[in-house]
Amino acid sequence: MRTFDYVTATDVTTALRTVAERPGAKFLGGGTNLVDLIRENVERPDVVVDVTRLPLTGIDELPGGGVRVGAGVRNSALAAHPLVRTRYPVLSQAVLNGASAQLRNMATVGGNLLQRTRCPYFYDTASPCAKREPGSGCGALGGITRDAAILGVSEHCVATHPSDMAVALAALDAVVEVESIRGTRRVPVLELYRPPGDTPHVETVLERDELITAVELPAADAAPRSRYRKVRDRASYAFALVSVAAALRLDGDTIVDARVALGGVAPLPWRAAEAERLLVGAPATEETFARAAEAELAAATPQHDNAFKVELARRTIVATLRELQEHAAAGSAA
Amino acid sequence: MTSTHNTTREPVVGAPVDRVDGPAKTTGAARFAAEHDLAGLTHAALVTATVSRGRITGIDTSAAEALPGVVAVLTHHNAPKLNPPKRVSPVNMSTMVSGTQVNYLNTDEVHWDGQPVAVVVAEHSHAAREAAALVEVTYERLPATVDFAAELPNAVLDKGNMLMPTGAKKGDADAALAAAPVVVDSEYSTPQHHHNAIEPHATTAVWHGDELAVHDATQNMAWLRAHLALRFGVPEAKVRVLAPFVGGGFGGKGFAWPGVILAVLAARATGRPVRLSLTREDVYRTVGARTPSTQRVALGAGRDGKLTALVHTAVTRKSPVGGQPEPAVTPANHLYGAANIRTGQSSVTLDWIPNTAVRAPGDAIGSFALESAIDELAYELGADPIELRMRNEPERNPIDGKKFSHRMLREAYELGAHRFGWADRSPEPGTTRDGRWLVGTGVATAYHPQLRLTANVTVRLAADGSVTVRSGLHEIGVGAATVQAQIAADALGVPFDAVHVECGDSALPEGAMAGGSMQTSSVAASVLAACRKLTRRLDTLARRSGTAGRTPAEIVAAAKVPYIEAAVGSDTRIGKAAGQARFMARTARDMRRWQKAACGAHFCEVRVDADTGEVRVSRWTGAFDVGRVMNRKTAVSQLRGGIVMGIGMALTEEAHVDPRSGRIMNPSLSGYHVPVHADIPPIDIAYLDEPDPTMPLGLLGIGEVGITGVAAAVANAIHNATGKRLRDLPITPAKLL
Ligand SMILES: Cc1cc2nc3c(=O)[nH]c(=O)nc-3n(C[C@H](O)[C@H](O)[C@H](O)COP(=O)(O)OP(=O)(O)OC[C@H]3O[C@@H](n4cnc5c(N)ncnc54)[C@H](O)[C@@H]3O)c2cc1C
Ligand code: SF4
Repeated sequence: MRTFDYVTATDVTTALRTVAERPGAKFLGGGTNLVDLIRENVERPDVVVDVTRLPLTGIDELPGGGVRVGAGVRNSALAAHPLVRTRYPVLSQAVLNGASAQLRNMATVGGNLLQRTRCPYFYDTASPCAKREPGSGCGALGGITRDAAILGVSEHCVATHPSDMAVALAALDAVVEVESIRGTRRVPVLELYRPPGDTPHVETVLERDELITAVELPAADAAPRSRYRKVRDRASYAFALVSVAAALRLDGDTIVDARVALGGVAPLPWRAAEAERLLVGAPATEETFARAAEAELAAATPQHDNAFKVELARRTIVATLRELQEHAAAGSAA
Repeated sequence: MTSTHNTTREPVVGAPVDRVDGPAKTTGAARFAAEHDLAGLTHAALVTATVSRGRITGIDTSAAEALPGVVAVLTHHNAPKLNPPKRVSPVNMSTMVSGTQVNYLNTDEVHWDGQPVAVVVAEHSHAAREAAALVEVTYERLPATVDFAAELPNAVLDKGNMLMPTGAKKGDADAALAAAPVVVDSEYSTPQHHHNAIEPHATTAVWHGDELAVHDATQNMAWLRAHLALRFGVPEAKVRVLAPFVGGGFGGKGFAWPGVILAVLAARATGRPVRLSLTREDVYRTVGARTPSTQRVALGAGRDGKLTALVHTAVTRKSPVGGQPEPAVTPANHLYGAANIRTGQSSVTLDWIPNTAVRAPGDAIGSFALESAIDELAYELGADPIELRMRNEPERNPIDGKKFSHRMLREAYELGAHRFGWADRSPEPGTTRDGRWLVGTGVATAYHPQLRLTANVTVRLAADGSVTVRSGLHEIGVGAATVQAQIAADALGVPFDAVHVECGDSALPEGAMAGGSMQTSSVAASVLAACRKLTRRLDTLARRSGTAGRTPAEIVAAAKVPYIEAAVGSDTRIGKAAGQARFMARTARDMRRWQKAACGAHFCEVRVDADTGEVRVSRWTGAFDVGRVMNRKTAVSQLRGGIVMGIGMALTEEAHVDPRSGRIMNPSLSGYHVPVHADIPPIDIAYLDEPDPTMPLGLLGIGEVGITGVAAAVANAIHNATGKRLRDLPITPAKLL
C-alpha cells in the first residue's frame, strides 16, 4: 500500500474541484472496494476525497412515481427503505444479496456502481492484467476462469462486473445523475458501462472527475412483481455465479411487459434484450421462458472453467420467471 | 483415587465448565503473538517469490530502503547466516518441525511460488508493507512442475515408516474383487485445503545477547524451541518460546514455517525486537496446506452385503523440499471387516511448498472416498447404508487382527439414528421434494485413531489450598487448560476454582504438541500421575502430623511448609532422552496391542435446489464414541467445529491454483470459501460417554474425529436427494447441473 492523502469534503463543489485539480485523486465512498485495492497496490491514488459527508443521502419520491436515491446512501439504508421495498423489491433483494451486513453498512450507492471486478488476476499484481496495466495482457485467459464472463467479453478481458445492485438498476432502467466542474448530466445505467473491447481499463463513460450524485428510479408498473435471484457458492458473502433480476407484467396468461437483467455473466450488468423481446406478447409458460433464456445465451462464449454458467444462467432465468409467474397466478386467484 | 484426605465434593470432570481463558479473551486482556508491545519494536513484512522454481538474478532494494521508516531490507545478499534445517529423523521427532528444508534468505534458489525472498523491517507495519511492495526481484525461471492433475500419470508408490505406514495388505484383494458378485469401483478427488485459523500466523522476537524470546502462534513450542536453537546456533536453554494464547491452528501452526524463522532472523540482523504478523495472503503462500488427492476405492461384496474385497489407493502431492505424506488410505485398515484388503499410497512431486497436517490429515479426505464408496455399494445392493455397515462391523482391527481397545460404533449409529429419525427416510433417490428443494439424507462413519505423546508436568499444592499445574501445553482455543484444571481438581479433591494451570511457555515443564488429537490425553496422563504422587505425599504428611481426614490445604498448612509439589518427567537432557525412549517403547507396545480410536456416526439432511444445484445442509446429528468426555461444553464445540469444517470441505473449500504457474489465485477469505453462518444448520451432538479402558480417565481425543466422514455424509445425502453421485470435492452448484 502506498501512502496517500485523505480529504473530507462537505460540499459538492469542493469535492469536484479537489478531484479535478489533482490528477491522482479519487472519490472515496464507503471505501470497501477502493481501500482494498489500494492495499493490494492495484489502485494508487495520491489523494482520496471522502464523499460520504456530502449531502447526498436522501431517498425521495419524485412527482410521477419515481424515486431519487442519493449517491451517498448506504447500501443497507437503500435496501431497508419502504419506498424501495414496496416499489422495487428487486432492488432491495439485490442489495441484500450482496456482500455482508457490515460491508453494506459502509458501502454507498455511488461506490457500489463503480466497484471493480473481482477477477483474481486483476487483484494480483504479480499477474498480467490489461485492466490493471494496459498492454500487459490477460492472466485469466488460459488460467482460472471459473468466475469469468460468458457474454460481451473481448479477447482482451473476460472479467465480470461484480455488483448485484447494478443488475437490478439495469432491469429497472435507472438513470445515474453525474456532476463535475463542467456541469451536470444524466446517464442511463445501461449506458454507464463500456464493454471491454481493447481498452478493458476503461470501464465506464464517466470522466475521472465526475461524481455520481444520485440514481433515479423511474416509475415502473412491473417492478412490484420483480425478483432478484442470485446463485453463489455459499449461502451468503459470495459473489454471484449467476444472478437474475426480473420483472413480469401479465395480462391473463400473456406477458405484456418483461424485464430481465443478468449478473455474474458479463463485464457489465447485462440487460437481456433478446429474452425480453421473446417474452413480451408470449404466453407465460415454461416453454416461453426457456426459449427466451436460450435465445439470450446463444451468443455465450464460455472459457475453460465456466461453461457451467451457460446452463446455470438458463436455468436461473427460467426459475426466476416461473416464480414470478406463479406468484402472479396466485395473486390473481386470490 | 482413595486417599485419607477429605474429597467429598461433586466431580467436575464431565461438567460443562466455562473455559478459564474465556474472560481474558472476551475482555481483550489476552495478548496474542502479534500483540506484545516491546520497547523499540519494529515491524517486518515479507516479499514472496512469484515464480515456482528459479534462481534470483537480482534484487533491487533501493526504493524500499529509501522509504521513510525503513530499518533494513534483508535478502540473501545481506541476511545473517542460518544453519540449515536437519533432515527428518524418527529418533528425534523435533526434526519433523521444519516446514521445509529451504534455508530462507541464505539461498538464491526459489522452490515454490510464495517462498519468501526478502524481509523488510520498518518502524511501522504500513511502512514495512509499502516497502515490501517496492522491492524489485528478477528471476531466472527454471522449468517447474506444478499441475497436480497433469502429473498423475507420473505418480510413484510411497515408502512409509513405522509411525506413518502408507500401505497395507491382507489376503488378495484384487483377486477377491475380480470374483465378487457385486462391485463398486470409483475414483474420488479432493482439492487443496487451507487451515484458515482466525489468527494469521504471527511472531514477536527479541534477542538479548544470545538469549532469544519468541512470542509465536504455535501449536508446538518444544519442537519450535529446538528448531530455533539449531537454526540460530544457540543452546536450547537460551531460547524461550511463549504462546499463552493461540488463535486456532488446525495443524497450520504445528510446524515452523518461514515466518517465525524470518522474524527471529530479522531481530538478529537489526538488533531490535521484530514483530512479523503475516497477512492472510502470506499465510496461504508461506504455510503448507492439505494436499490435493485422487483416490480409488474398489469394494467387492456378496449379495448378502458381506465385503470380500476392499481396495483403497490414493495419489497425493509431495514436495522436493520436505514434508510428510498424507496418509489418506488408513481408514480402510480399520473400518470394515473385509476378508481381503489392500491399501496403497503414491505421490507426485510438485514444485510446491510441502503439505502439512490439516485437521485429521489423511482421515478427513480418505474417509470421504471410503464412506462414499460404502454408500454406493449400499445403493447397488439395495441395502440400508447403516445396515450394510453393521453387517461389516469387525470384531477386531480388520487389517491385522489387533484388539480394539474399545469400539462402540454400533451404539453410536443407534443413538444417532434415533435422534435424527433415520427410520423415516425414503431410500429411493430423488423422491422427496419440498417446493423447489430436493431433500435427501445421508450417513457416514467418523473415525480417528488415537496416539499419545509424553508430557512433563508439575503439580503444586500450596498451604492456602491453591493448586498450580505447570506444563508447556498449548491453549489454541479449545479449552485445553480448563480440562486439565478439571482433571487435577478431581484427582486432588479440591474445588475447580482452586486450580490454576500455567501453560503456553517453553520455560514450563515440556508439554505435548497440540496436534493429532493427542494433547489432552497426553497431558492428562501426566497430570493424573503427578496428582497421585502428590496425594501419596499428602497422605504421608497427614499421617505424620496427625491431620488425616482434613482438607489438603489444612494438611499442608499443619506441616508448616509453603507447598508440596510432584513432578512427572524431566526436562534435563537425560530426562528428555529417557522420556523419549519410554515414549517409543510404550508407543510400540501399545500399537502392537491395541487399535485405539475415536469414532462416530454422522447424519445429515440436505436440500438441493432443483434448478440451480445450490446445496443447503438443513439438519445434522453427530453421535460419537469419544471415550469419556472431560467437559461437555468444550467437547461439543470441538465436534461441532469439526463438522462445520467438514461441511466447508464438502461444499465450498478449494484453493484455486493456476495450473500454469502454480500460484494460488484465491489467497483470501473472500476468494477461498469457508462456510459462513448461513451455510450451517443447528448441529445436534450426542456422545456415549463410555470410557476407553486403555486411556487416562478413559478419554479419547476429540479435535479431529468430528471432521472425518462429514464430506461423505453430505455427498451421500446429495445422492439421496438427487440421484447424482458427486465424487469430486467441493460439490459446487456447477457440478450439480
Ligand atoms: C468481501 C466482499 C464481498 C462482497 N460481496 C459483494 C457481493 O456479493 N455483491 C456485490 O454487489 N458487492 C459485493 N461486494 C462489493 C461491495 O458491494 C462494494 O465494495 C461496495 O458496494 C462499494 O461501495 P463503496 O461505497 O464502499 O465504494 P468505494 O470502495 O468507496 O469506491 C468504489 C469506487 O467507486 C468510486 N466512487 C465512490 N463513490 C463515488 C461517487 N459518488 N461518484 C463517483 N465515484 C465514486 C471510488 O472512487 C472507487 O473507484 C463485496 C465486497 C467485499 C469486500
Ligand atoms: S480478465 Fe480482465 S481483469 Fe481479468 S486478468 Fe484478464 S484483463 Fe485483467
